[in-house]
Amino acid sequence: MQDVGEQFAIRVHDLVVGFRRHVVIDHLKLDVRRGEILGLVGASGGGKSVLMRTIIGLIPRQEGEIEVMGAPIGNHDRATRSAAGRWGILFQQGALFSSLTVRQNIQFPLRENLVLSDALMDEIATAKLEMVGLKPEDGDKFPSELSGGMTKRVALARALALDPAIVFLDEPTSGLDPIAAGDFDALIKTLQKTLGLTVFMVTHDLASLNTVCDRVAALADGKIVAIGPMRELLQSGHPWVRAYFHGKRSQMLQPKAS
Amino acid sequence: MSSRDIILSTAPLLTATATGDVLELRPGGSWIAANVATLERLSDAVAPQLERSGAVKLDMAEVRELDTLGAWLLEKMSRRATSAGHRAEVVGVSDNYAGLIEEVRQVNRRAPEPVPSPNPVVAKINYIGRSTIGAGEDVTAFLQMLGSLCIAILGVLRRPRSLRLTSLVYQFYRVCWQAIPIVVLITFLIGAIIAQQGIFHFRKFGADSYVVDMVGILVLRELGALIVAIMVAGRSGSAYTAELGSMKMREEIDALSTMGFDPIEVLMLPRIIALVCALPILTFIGSMAALYGGGLVAWFYGGMGPAIFVARLHEAVSVTHFEVGIIKAPFMALVIGIVACSEGLRVKGSAESLGKQTTTSVVKSIFLVIVLDGLFAVFFASIGM
Ligand SMILES: Nc1ncnc2c1ncn2[C@@H]1O[C@H](COP(=O)(O)OP(=O)(O)O)[C@@H](O)[C@H]1O
Ligand SMILES: [Mg+2]
Repeated sequence: MQDVGEQFAIRVHDLVVGFRRHVVIDHLKLDVRRGEILGLVGASGGGKSVLMRTIIGLIPRQEGEIEVMGAPIGNHDRATRSAAGRWGILFQQGALFSSLTVRQNIQFPLRENLVLSDALMDEIATAKLEMVGLKPEDGDKFPSELSGGMTKRVALARALALDPAIVFLDEPTSGLDPIAAGDFDALIKTLQKTLGLTVFMVTHDLASLNTVCDRVAALADGKIVAIGPMRELLQSGHPWVRAYFHGKRSQMLQPKAS
Repeated sequence: MSSRDIILSTAPLLTATATGDVLELRPGGSWIAANVATLERLSDAVAPQLERSGAVKLDMAEVRELDTLGAWLLEKMSRRATSAGHRAEVVGVSDNYAGLIEEVRQVNRRAPEPVPSPNPVVAKINYIGRSTIGAGEDVTAFLQMLGSLCIAILGVLRRPRSLRLTSLVYQFYRVCWQAIPIVVLITFLIGAIIAQQGIFHFRKFGADSYVVDMVGILVLRELGALIVAIMVAGRSGSAYTAELGSMKMREEIDALSTMGFDPIEVLMLPRIIALVCALPILTFIGSMAALYGGGLVAWFYGGMGPAIFVARLHEAVSVTHFEVGIIKAPFMALVIGIVACSEGLRVKGSAESLGKQTTTSVVKSIFLVIVLDGLFAVFFASIGM
């Protein structure tokens, strides 16, 4: 039997985060198992991005403990930096380095963390580009020359550059066409299977939630109000969760869901 | 039947066994990015054998860990064999890794088209040509901005209510009111330094009292306006460029124009008008501070009492000198404002270009301010002011 610390990739306990007097995350508890894909849903402005940014140490917390891969995350940047090799992050707005080309953006973490030849670095960058569905020629473009969907893909390629143990994805499929979003989901699933990747994914895409997420957590009022496989969430009695999954729009998308 | 075993490393390893014509490769251990240095060495070491042997069999049964980098290196080996015209076969892939291997098999099939690197001489000539045209474009951009500004002003004159008063007042507060302390401090020090130097050197000829003439004329005619303009170019001009540039980067300016607003009228006009109003005021305040500094030094260092200083100043300078200084200020402000705004609008998508345009804006406006000052000197001399 594995001990508890081994079993979970991310453990969040009793977390409180707020901005001045406005409390966004209120005594939240969340455990993410190793190797699972966890989908996080919640209202827009409900604090999903804030939760993600707090876990990776970008926003200071007021109370609570956070552990990522068994190591506590401090309340400042140092811990974040030392953990950087173990995680990859896709920010909601992409956050690509605007003065580097796409290829250089992907190579950046490789160059900083590994010693490898330029030829191999180019091959790896191109490989990552193609894995996220872009063309090798796109590598020479600058971030300002990309469409929204392409920006997301490049950001994913950069997040995956070091084959990290955990990836945090903030709304990865928003702004992608359904076909691209499907490919994206398939890619995430493949990587999870082969690399044993743990994925923490903020998403509103019901198809992603249904097909790739092992578990789904619902964030409402600063707390996780329901967590479990999609099946269980659909049965949940919490009013907000019901409204989310059984609202008009959801019904339109998946008439068989209820 | 010859067999040769090479064990190149312990953690990740690659065993190559040649059986007749068939080369059997058995990678083992951790083929992951952390071991990349070893992995590259291993795969380079077997490269010549791959090309020599007739068929290659890659047995992956002993691979303990695999990530994209490792998978790619293995894929590269089998590709090298295939491209040399041999048969390559991959066996023993565990279920876990099948997806990744499949994924990697698809990539890097087509090299990105190499960008042709131009002849260095041609590139240099090209650069010179482009810079020349660029200089011409600078002039055009300046005139264009001046023109659009005039149109915006005419528009405001026709409909005075379209002037954005709130924004104007706010910009004025930023470029004038908030700049006062630093302007006073610097001009005070400069006035003091000039007076000290003057007293020190003029004393040799027994001409200490002419220091007052020098400080008075120099500060009122030239230095007041020039120093303040240079400081404003560095302080407010750079801020204008950075603000407009980052608005341009985040498509805020496009958003404004699609809503039917004229960015010149909404963003630039208030800024430039604020600057044009602020600079004469700052010049006046700065000149006074410089005279004050000069006066203090004359008193404590030169032993010339305030009463004498003021009396001599009264004789030495006339209102003309003061006018010459103040008249220049609004024109300098106009140049600074136009350069700052038009450089801001030329920012492209990247953070680097924002920095570059901000630097350009400051350098260019300081240069133009000095050129303008020279032109004014010629002009005032010829009209006898
Ligand atoms: N840096 C910040 N300063 C102040 N408030 C913030 C900041 N970042 C986020 N918030 C607030 O926190 C709440 C949650 O935001 P966010 O996590 O971005 O929402 P979402 O769930 O849509 O990702 C919002 O009310 C937002 O206004
Ligand atoms: Mg968000």
